[in-house]
Amino acid sequence: MRCRSRYLLIITMVILWMGFSHVTLASEEEMALQKVRNNLKDPASLQRGATLYMNYCLGCHSLQYSRYVQMGEYIGMTAIDEEGQLKALEQLIQQNLNFVSDNVTDSIVSAIPRKEAEQWFGIAPPDLSLVTRARGKDWVYTYLKSFYKDESRPWGVNNLLFKDVAMPHALLSLQGTAVPIYQTVSTADSDPAAQKPSISHLEISKPGTLTEAEYDKAIKDLVNFLEYMGEPVKLKRQTLGVYVLLFLIVLTAFLYLLKREYWKDIH
Amino acid sequence: MKSLLCGLLGWVDERFPASKLWKSHVSEYYAPKNFNFWYYFGSLAMLVLVSQIVTGIWLAMHYKPAADLAFASVEYIMRDVPYGWLLRYLHSTGASAFFVVVYLHMFRALLYGSYKKPRELIWLLGMGLYLCLMAEAFMGYLLPWGQMSFWGAKVITSLFEAIPLVGDQLVLWLRGDYSVSDATLNRFFALHVVAVPLIFVFLVVAHIMALHEVGSNNPDGIDIKQYKGADGKPLDGIPFHPYYTVKDLFGVGVFLIVFCGILFFMPDFGGLFLEGPNFEAANPMKTPEHIAPVWYMTPFYAILRAVPDKLGGVVAMGAAIAILCVLPWLDRSPVRSIRYRGPIFKTALSIFVISFVALGYLGLMPPTAMRAIAAQLFTVLYFCFFIFMPIYTSLEKVQPVPKRVTTP
Repeated sequence: MRCRSRYLLIITMVILWMGFSHVTLASEEEMALQKVRNNLKDPASLQRGATLYMNYCLGCHSLQYSRYVQMGEYIGMTAIDEEGQLKALEQLIQQNLNFVSDNVTDSIVSAIPRKEAEQWFGIAPPDLSLVTRARGKDWVYTYLKSFYKDESRPWGVNNLLFKDVAMPHALLSLQGTAVPIYQTVSTADSDPAAQKPSISHLEISKPGTLTEAEYDKAIKDLVNFLEYMGEPVKLKRQTLGVYVLLFLIVLTAFLYLLKREYWKDIH
Repeated sequence: MKSLLCGLLGWVDERFPASKLWKSHVSEYYAPKNFNFWYYFGSLAMLVLVSQIVTGIWLAMHYKPAADLAFASVEYIMRDVPYGWLLRYLHSTGASAFFVVVYLHMFRALLYGSYKKPRELIWLLGMGLYLCLMAEAFMGYLLPWGQMSFWGAKVITSLFEAIPLVGDQLVLWLRGDYSVSDATLNRFFALHVVAVPLIFVFLVVAHIMALHEVGSNNPDGIDIKQYKGADGKPLDGIPFHPYYTVKDLFGVGVFLIVFCGILFFMPDFGGLFLEGPNFEAANPMKTPEHIAPVWYMTPFYAILRAVPDKLGGVVAMGAAIAILCVLPWLDRSPVRSIRYRGPIFKTALSIFVISFVALGYLGLMPPTAMRAIAAQLFTVLYFCFFIFMPIYTSLEKVQPVPKRVTTP
């Protein structure tokens, strides 16, 4: 009899697991996302990503929920000279990463005027503080690899992942010009008019300043930096979590022994 | 020192029934000795409630209930407030944990007939708590002012438009504006932090007082008060303290391990506890591709969508919740526990659980033709469990019930 209720439980768990394991799949776009293997614990990568961001992205996209000085600490910027470290950190940031404001404690806000930007692009460039949390880091990585030449668009580029995106390819000079390679997909529909060529993949026709491997590495650093900025506390959270769980496991073991001690005369 | 404390307690006891309350509700409240796994979730719900209230107070110290500040203030809590991220994740994970615990607590009542006479009022008070919990979760979800907050609130409040004659006025009254806006956010904040928690705490007290008046049910579904010892205590009862306090403490330990595992290592739980689009600030001009409520609401959302007519959908959704309230009067079985019921009830309950979980899944997914049909099927099955309950429970042959409690 009690087995039955256990079966119920097991069936419920299995269905829950089966059901919810599909949830993330369903929200995916038609295009498969490329997985990015970044490492939040690599300060050099974070710093390269920050450099790239400040030089190529901050012109339009703010990271308004963080401050310059916090960012410097997050990405492990340290001073070489032995003088007061905070002052040195401030100097490092002001000389290398902050090209917008005089104050190192300011929020990382783009200098672009929002109203005009909306007229220029049709939409004001969004803040990217949380882009990896909203869309996922693989999405950002794939997106930055999916720009291709399309003269019909205002900026001469289109994007495979984000069709007719309003953004120009900011990293064009690094990646070079990618052109689409078409293939004809025969559909079940026998009408030849319905058989239109689709893009199978992209190829670099005019190389940029980086090779393909270097470009991949550069945007991996950029995604790494953006993931860090999306939740700066992530590593601290996980480290603290290990201690909390260890404590709870020990505590629960003792609580079990306490329970057993009290209950030994109950039959 | 000890005599001083006893003196103080005596002084209080002459003026307030402190010791009396402690005795009648804890140290001399006799609970059946065969509580099993399913009996942990009541005390765990209390734990989560306390956690939600405490973290909520501290979040409210830093949160700004204004449309142009709310989203940024949440990120301020996540980044600038010392351990603000911990408070926020405790609160957001706690919301989902609350529903997990409450759904399992309610399932326990279904397994062992805890809603049956004389515990109908406990069940009704519990339903009141469940409604409060849903209201609390719905209004709390608006507060981060993300895309899903905004559009979720917009979709759900617009449901009231379907009510004939007064619908439009009612929606205007609920939102305080012609759309979900700053006014809506401000009033939802007031209701979320003051009004609903007050009702909630009152109902918890009433739920427990009603329980202690009639005594706890048990996995055998029998009355332990029928067999009392020479001292007048139930033979199968044990004092809640220390036996169930230490047992529940162990349950708390296990629960916290799971809870903290999620909180520290996957606080968004793959998009189920914190949805991706909600990391984008609310934008009334941009409708998300797919609007889905958080997982704990989705069974009812699936029922809403399963009915092709808007008013019909709203009525079906309301009925799906309301029908739970009359459960004690639908069940005509002479026994309470599933242990002594026949195969028909066991099958019906299994189908009900599968339907509820399947509806929850379907409510999360974007609708397709196949899913719509599946949702309709499971909606029918959901209601059949209740509608035919008076028939199948009165017809079914049950097994003899033991006089004394058996194994946990």
